[in-house]
Amino acid sequence: MAAYIAKRLLAAIPVLLGLSIIVFLIMAMIPGDPATAILGSYATPENVEKLNRDLGLDKSLPQQYLIWLGNLLQGDFGRSYALNRPVLDEVLERFSATLILAGTSLVLCSVLGLLAGVVSAVRQYGWTDKIVTVLVLIGISLPSFWLGLLLILAFAVKIRLFPASGMFAIYGGGDLPDLLYHLFLPAVTLAVVATGVIARLTRTAMLEVLRQDYIRTARAKGLKERHVIYRHAFKAALVSVIPVIGIQAGFVLGGAVYIETVFQWPGIGSMLVNAISTRDLLLVQGGVLVVAGAYVLFNLAADVVQTILDPRLR
Amino acid sequence: MSGAAIAAKPAKKKATGRPSSFRLLINNTLAATGLVVLTLIILIALAAPLLPLADPDVTAPANRLQPIFSPDHVLGTDALGRDILSRLIWGTRVSLAVGISATLIAAFFGSLIGLVAGYVGGRTDNLLMRGIDMVMAFPYILLALAIVAALGPGLINALYAIAVVNIPFFARNIRGITIGLSRREFVDAARLSGKSHVNILFGEILPNVLPVIIITMSTTIGWMILETAGLSFLGLGAQPPQADLGSMLGEGRKILFTSPHVSIIPGLMIFVLVMSINLFGDGVRDVLDPRLKSGALSRPVARTAVKRTDVPEAPAEQDAVLDVKALRTEFEIGGDIYKAVGGVDLKLRQGECLGVIGESGSGKSVTAMSIMGLVPTPPGRIAGGAAWLEHEDLFALSDERIRQLRGSAVSHVFQDPLSTLHPLYTVGYQLTEAIMAHQAMSHAHATEKAAKLLELVRIPNPAERLKAYPHELSGGMRQRVCIAMALANDAKVIIADEPTTALDVTVQAQILSLMNTLQDETNTATLFITHDFGVVSAICDRIAVMYAGRIVETGTTEEILANPAHPYTRKLIDCVPVLGEPGRRLDAIEGRPPVVNRLPAGCAFADRCPYVQADCRSGEIPLTELGRDRAVRCIHPLTGEGPNV
Amino acid sequence: MSEEALLAIENAERIFGGGRTLFGTQLPAVHAVQDITIDVRKGETLGVVGESGCGKSTLARLIVGLDRPTGGAITFDGRDLVADAASDPRALARKVQYVFQDPVSSLNPRKTIRSILEAPLIHLLGMNKTQRAERLTELMDAVNLAPEFLDRYPHEFSGGQAQRIGIARALAADPELIVLDEPVSALDVSVQAQVLNILDDLKARFGLTYVFISHDLSVVESVSDRVAVMYFGRLAEVGPAKSVFAAPRHPYTHLLLNSAPAPGKRSLVPEDANTELPDPYNPPPGCAFYARCPRGTDECLAARPPLLAAASDPLHRAACYHPHEKTSAR
Repeated sequence: MAAYIAKRLLAAIPVLLGLSIIVFLIMAMIPGDPATAILGSYATPENVEKLNRDLGLDKSLPQQYLIWLGNLLQGDFGRSYALNRPVLDEVLERFSATLILAGTSLVLCSVLGLLAGVVSAVRQYGWTDKIVTVLVLIGISLPSFWLGLLLILAFAVKIRLFPASGMFAIYGGGDLPDLLYHLFLPAVTLAVVATGVIARLTRTAMLEVLRQDYIRTARAKGLKERHVIYRHAFKAALVSVIPVIGIQAGFVLGGAVYIETVFQWPGIGSMLVNAISTRDLLLVQGGVLVVAGAYVLFNLAADVVQTILDPRLR
Repeated sequence: MSGAAIAAKPAKKKATGRPSSFRLLINNTLAATGLVVLTLIILIALAAPLLPLADPDVTAPANRLQPIFSPDHVLGTDALGRDILSRLIWGTRVSLAVGISATLIAAFFGSLIGLVAGYVGGRTDNLLMRGIDMVMAFPYILLALAIVAALGPGLINALYAIAVVNIPFFARNIRGITIGLSRREFVDAARLSGKSHVNILFGEILPNVLPVIIITMSTTIGWMILETAGLSFLGLGAQPPQADLGSMLGEGRKILFTSPHVSIIPGLMIFVLVMSINLFGDGVRDVLDPRLKSGALSRPVARTAVKRTDVPEAPAEQDAVLDVKALRTEFEIGGDIYKAVGGVDLKLRQGECLGVIGESGSGKSVTAMSIMGLVPTPPGRIAGGAAWLEHEDLFALSDERIRQLRGSAVSHVFQDPLSTLHPLYTVGYQLTEAIMAHQAMSHAHATEKAAKLLELVRIPNPAERLKAYPHELSGGMRQRVCIAMALANDAKVIIADEPTTALDVTVQAQILSLMNTLQDETNTATLFITHDFGVVSAICDRIAVMYAGRIVETGTTEEILANPAHPYTRKLIDCVPVLGEPGRRLDAIEGRPPVVNRLPAGCAFADRCPYVQADCRSGEIPLTELGRDRAVRCIHPLTGEGPNV
Repeated sequence: MSEEALLAIENAERIFGGGRTLFGTQLPAVHAVQDITIDVRKGETLGVVGESGCGKSTLARLIVGLDRPTGGAITFDGRDLVADAASDPRALARKVQYVFQDPVSSLNPRKTIRSILEAPLIHLLGMNKTQRAERLTELMDAVNLAPEFLDRYPHEFSGGQAQRIGIARALAADPELIVLDEPVSALDVSVQAQVLNILDDLKARFGLTYVFISHDLSVVESVSDRVAVMYFGRLAEVGPAKSVFAAPRHPYTHLLLNSAPAPGKRSLVPEDANTELPDPYNPPPGCAFYARCPRGTDECLAARPPLLAAASDPLHRAACYHPHEKTSAR
């Protein structure tokens, strides 16, 4: 298994390189003078000239890429001109807040989604199934940013059960209960859509598995129905749902952009939105790279879990 | 096997006389609701220029933030005094146009990439899919953000960004389908018919892929509308004064606490629009997905439903281990009733092997699977008859009692040993599980017993093999494991459904002789389902021949092979080439067996029978005794030479 | 013999996989077909028999040009078939055609029978509309199907009917050689006979040559003039059908014949030893059948036995150091 993980890690390197190329190319797409675009319209001519030299814009595109990549590898993501601090510092600080939010949501949606999917498959065409199906449809049709606003109105404005924004109370707070208190609404909002998707695919996977010959064998052996469903069917369904959870992690990380904006959560999503509107492109670039890299690693972990479950993949 | 054949038939029939796809869609209440709402929204959006609406962009600071139901503004006004209703309808127009365009762009490029990658394969596929993987390696909305960041905020740029981000979704889906289709034999056949690659890709494969493209589009369009609205909400999409639903929501957010209606109304509109699209999209998927249509996605319950209209009386004396009387099993599919088994009697005595032989669709497997309630419900049900295992009527027992009997008193061996073993558990786990389901013993004890069982079925190195997963064993070894599992709890009856059909000849010979030896050693009774007279000869003492859901002839193997009394048996034996007799003329049976939802009156074989008489076509043809253990369902049975007229 | 051969295969070899990765590590390779040398004469039926994974279907695809050999030569009517398949596949398809195993999957579900059968007439023969209509009637008649069926879709047909359509398509371009890859194994026994009889009929009527591939010994025996037995990608035995079935020389052929069930045959005599095929990624240096062979010696382990003719019958060849001589299998 250790050898397998090492192999997968090695295989992730080209993917990460590919990511960096795409990000580099997107930034190269910027119309007009890149230095002015990066520095914004308030840039002094000296700064523009310095940046042009720093970026090596007189060199060919592949050369520029290699220089840029070399800097990245040394941890030099450039400086945010709007915040006047190193991009990497800002990104890492913000990313930890996003991880707390997205991680909680991912756990929530995985557990709820799997549960709802299994229950509705087992009770196919029954009332539970119908209710879950409608809830799932509502869930995947809701704009999460709108749902967030509704929840704020309901729980923060009308009944004042949870705070409307932020990660910690401004005065006092800072401890774990305070964090959880602030985390509840955004985490739930963020989890809604992904829960629907996971529930839906779990249901389909379960139904498909329940028709397999080996389920008939399990029943022919005289196993208890509960055992058939939770040991035999669920394990097989899980193998096909895990990559879906991996992909959902991407949706959750991406969806955090909206939720952080709505709840003013100091994460990387709200940072990106601000950076885009202030044209702080180096910050955007650094943020996108770090989140994408983390996502690649997460998917790798999902692959490993899938391999552990399914001996045929080894 | 025959269960699947039966399930496949209605699909054939439906295609000729089925209600149109549109009717199916309308019959689905949710989908129909979605369609109605969606049509309404689209009509209103299209009619926006014709409707008596206020100009959506004219500001009127004096009238700002009017509540809903104000005299001049039904939905109130926003922070700049613009009419919300008017802005809503115009905004919906923009959101719809952007969502649809993005879907079309993503579907076109994604499908093209998927088709080419899947069909051409090799390096091209590798290159294209690596590129797609790169795009997929970004968390969904993040790449769109990066693209918008580079191109600058704006509705068209947001549209491009969302389309690009969705291309991989189409490409991967379509590629998967295309690869499957490209390996199908009809593609090779088209190539051998002289068609060019381009012609094959767009003339042969595309028509088969099109439904999938449509399904994918219908399930993603709602999502794309959501995402473009999201970008606008963040201020990265539509720029003022242009407004779509997302930017209206984004502007309203700043005054959420004071005038919530400004942001709630556009949000509600997005939700209703996307929900109606999703409801409709689900309906489209259900109509186009052949698996849903054939019921392939409905879940079979633990035991076949029993709805008997007649229950025969228990036999006075019990001379058989298993005694099946007048068994009828039906499938109800799309309003049609398929009488897969139409009144079957079987007696299985201790230590004997009874072969049930017939062609596909004859009901042989359904008969076997009915006994322990393993016919999938829906759509199957036991409609009549009884099966006595010693003194218990199996169709009258509780589910729990059936569970106790399954795998202990009556065990099964199935056709394909790869698909019948669980791929994710070791052979040892599956064996011990079977033992411990019926015998109270420790895990260590059960493992020991499992090793003994593998030894019994002549698997070398049993302790080692317990740790193997099914895919690590050869077909023959896997079938031995299945047999070991059937023997785990000293079964009285083993039901074997075509256990050697999926195996090579040399392996088949081994499995057959193993089963022969084990039968002598354990003295169990075996019900052996097959289509092959050669296999029957090798293992069975008696034979029952089935045709169109009924037994047409029974007797000892020797007698039936030497002197078949039913014309069908005779013809069935004669149409098979026999090793060592290459010169023999093959006597084909013309025509096809009747469909079991429309059985003719009288003998089901009459239309294909060379000896048919007028009286064969009316009334019930009974199974007539021809001596001990010998019976035939024919009123003009053959007697050695020619028909008995 | 090779002068009158319609199809000549010499040392044909097909390796799947292999090659090197970017970093130069050798990728695993499977030898699906190796060192096959065999002729097919005009007007005969060559039966090819073997168990799953023996390479018989790969061989079939090589003959019709759907796949290319990685070594050796195949000539058809004196011309290099492999080169022709690359340069002018349509010319080859006019002479060599193929009937597929699965009749349902070999017909495009979204095409009518008419458009399926017209494809070879348009693309291979360039016929105009009236010529095509005439030819379609002939074809449907040849396979004993009513002409009304032309405007139906494949799913409306039973397996046997679908296979007859498959045969009609192969016949459309009026080929000289038809490769039949397990043409009846997906069919019910009663339908199997119908199709075999039609094939027999067509062969006589159009002077066809068949390569008939099957795992079913009794079917192969009933249709073949000559038989080739394949094991693990190689020829184990080749000879006139009568001699191979009456007096098999290779121990593997013996095993096959003894294992095949037949009505009235009570005991099948199976081997006790393991039935595992050798590892295809790592084939043994000697005879591939050694592990299962009751006659194996050290000689068999050291080097592969060549395909040699029997002293009594030069046409009956077997790849075995210790062949059975003139004894009956049964």
